[in-house]
Amino acid sequence: MYTFLLSKIEVGSHLYVNFSDSLHLHGETVLVSLLVVSAMSLFLILGTSNLQRIPGNLQNFVEVIYDLVKSIAVTQMGPSYYSQFLPFVATIFLFVLGSNLAGALIPWKLLEIPSGELAAPTNDINTTACLAILTSLTYFSAGFKIKGIGYFKRYIKPAPFFLPINIVEDFTKPLSLNFRLFGNVVADELTVTVICSLVPLIIPLPIMMLGLFASSLQALIFATLAAAYIGEVIE
Amino acid sequence: MVDSIVSAASVIAAAIAVGFAGLGPGIGQGNAAGQAVEGIARQPEAEGKIRGTLLLSLAFMESLTIYGLVVALSVLFANPFVGS
Repeated sequence: MYTFLLSKIEVGSHLYVNFSDSLHLHGETVLVSLLVVSAMSLFLILGTSNLQRIPGNLQNFVEVIYDLVKSIAVTQMGPSYYSQFLPFVATIFLFVLGSNLAGALIPWKLLEIPSGELAAPTNDINTTACLAILTSLTYFSAGFKIKGIGYFKRYIKPAPFFLPINIVEDFTKPLSLNFRLFGNVVADELTVTVICSLVPLIIPLPIMMLGLFASSLQALIFATLAAAYIGEVIE
Repeated sequence: MVDSIVSAASVIAAAIAVGFAGLGPGIGQGNAAGQAVEGIARQPEAEGKIRGTLLLSLAFMESLTIYGLVVALSVLFANPFVGS
């Protein structure tokens, strides 16, 4: 494996924190995602403590987010089941949104670390893979919880010969969720880096705005798809 | 020697992957956007709903391009066939 260095594009180099020969973690990803999680928790705790009938600025903002997430869950899962899975969808949405925005808004390049670079946690394929696998597990358990053993009828649903397709679909769903989020975030960062290396001033700004828009849209899409997969199983 | 041939082939493969991955979704997105504009022209009061659906479906089409990009990136930066 070789590193291809063009204007400090670093794909696949990480700050490894070794525990033993086989166990290590990507330091920068864990660091930034811990930061995102604590910032999001702080924001939500501040927004929901001291609730008032006439909401202030922060409470208004939190209510807007709640309405958005609730409308995603209701449209995908129907009004009778959505409340059980709303926390999961909301957590996924807020974490992806927070980490994408953290990568786009905070000038991480100013901080030097020994290897790799600080960036959005979703820039690492392991984070997105983890989110996708969590989504898979959730819809499996949702199916078992609500339909019991009748869940397996889903695999022969239109006709019995659809069985292999339905089984393969269980593997392609998390794979495509994973690649969609990872690819979008990495593509955004690569574009900005390449354009910054060509023209460092002003010209990258519209691309950065586009990236900001695209990364919020990706959070929305990830949450919508997770809700849709759960809704498909419990219908 | 073999490594350099594999590297050169990987670069060409990455270019082809990104190029063809951009081709199909480009056509699809153009179609979708054209139909959306037609829909808005016919029924301007439904603009908000059409825009929301359009953005969501555009992002789905975009993800096909992104798959090509992921393949290209893995061929460029994490090539399993070069050296060890």
